[in-house]
Amino acid sequence: MAKPLVATGHFTGCFGCHMSILDIDERILDLVELVEFDKSPINDIKRFSRPVDIGLVEGGVSNDENVEFLRMFRENCKILIALGACAVTGGVPSIRNTVPLRECLQEAFIDGPTVVDGKIPDDPDIPILLDKVYPCHEVVKIDYFLPGCPPSADVIWAALTALLSGKPLDLPYEMVKYD
Amino acid sequence: MSDKPVTFTIDGVEITAKAGQTILQAADDAGIYIPRLCYHPSLPPGGHCRLCTVKINGRPASSCTFPADEGLVVENDTEELNDHRRRIVEMLFVEGNHYCPTCEHSGNCELQAMAYRLGLLAPTLPYFRCERELDASHKDVYVDRDRCILCGRCARASREVDHKVVFGFEGRGVHKRISVDAPHNLGETNLAAADKAAEVCPTGCIMLKRKGFAIPVGQRKYDHEPIGSEIERSRSAK
Repeated sequence: MAKPLVATGHFTGCFGCHMSILDIDERILDLVELVEFDKSPINDIKRFSRPVDIGLVEGGVSNDENVEFLRMFRENCKILIALGACAVTGGVPSIRNTVPLRECLQEAFIDGPTVVDGKIPDDPDIPILLDKVYPCHEVVKIDYFLPGCPPSADVIWAALTALLSGKPLDLPYEMVKYD
Repeated sequence: MSDKPVTFTIDGVEITAKAGQTILQAADDAGIYIPRLCYHPSLPPGGHCRLCTVKINGRPASSCTFPADEGLVVENDTEELNDHRRRIVEMLFVEGNHYCPTCEHSGNCELQAMAYRLGLLAPTLPYFRCERELDASHKDVYVDRDRCILCGRCARASREVDHKVVFGFEGRGVHKRISVDAPHNLGETNLAAADKAAEVCPTGCIMLKRKGFAIPVGQRKYDHEPIGSEIERSRSAK
């Protein structure tokens, strides 16, 4: 039987959750026995080549490219997991949500104390920012949530091994943290 | 009200309450934890947060304000009530701006701990994202209204224990907020760092300055066991 396929995605986050995936240490050898990785920043595969069993997404949704890729994950993943505080709540990037976008850009690129000859970037290759940073579940349906900043390697390992063996995802108290 | 002890049941367990105790106080003494946020043992009950709602003879009521009485049949730890509690906590999370990863009260926060205890992994309601004012004008204390859950502990502590009126409420609905008794800000009030009002906040809203992140991760209050474990331990010790 072919190994289950896993994909990971990165949106508006800090890559800390992906670091935490790698933090499973030598268990990554067991993981490679258990699953095959499709699209992921870790192997630099950019596009889905086929539907996958489990998708893990890190980061909230702050621009049009995030929306496009998150929808692509939803279409291609049987199970989609929001990984980490930003994917679950918007996280640290969502601190900008109480400030209008125009004011954020004005402060960052024009009025900031270290800005010289400021200009708000408008290159067509740069994704367009959304009015707010949204948690993933406000954009697509999410099947499981793993909070944490980042979620510990143990949580990620426990979730993946439970889902791969068809067991219910029952996390012990000490594993669920919002920070 | 007589001064004799009364006997009643919570989830089928028989409990004896001292005269004048509320259901929540009697439950605490008996080692049964009823979830709560606005209640504080050294303050009069507020009845604001509704988390301690139990069913008393089949009718919902807040156990922090309801006097214990002979023969009451109380339901507490039921799926229905815990679902309601989870939904209340969820609403508190989406109505405020609770950025746990950057908050110095994370790990010691009663709101966060309650969400852990009730098994809240993510809110199902959309976030409000309202702008809330930060007041850092006082030399020893700041108020970060992003983290306020309007429990009113600070207002009750200021009035009842400190005999001041530093904190109160103003506004309605989504504009309701903790106000300070001064023309502009907290720095103009007579609040002292040693006041009860500066100590009782369940979240990271009213915090002492220069104390943040003092306890390392792994040693914080709710890192290893759920909120309410102290109360429940006293029962298993009996």
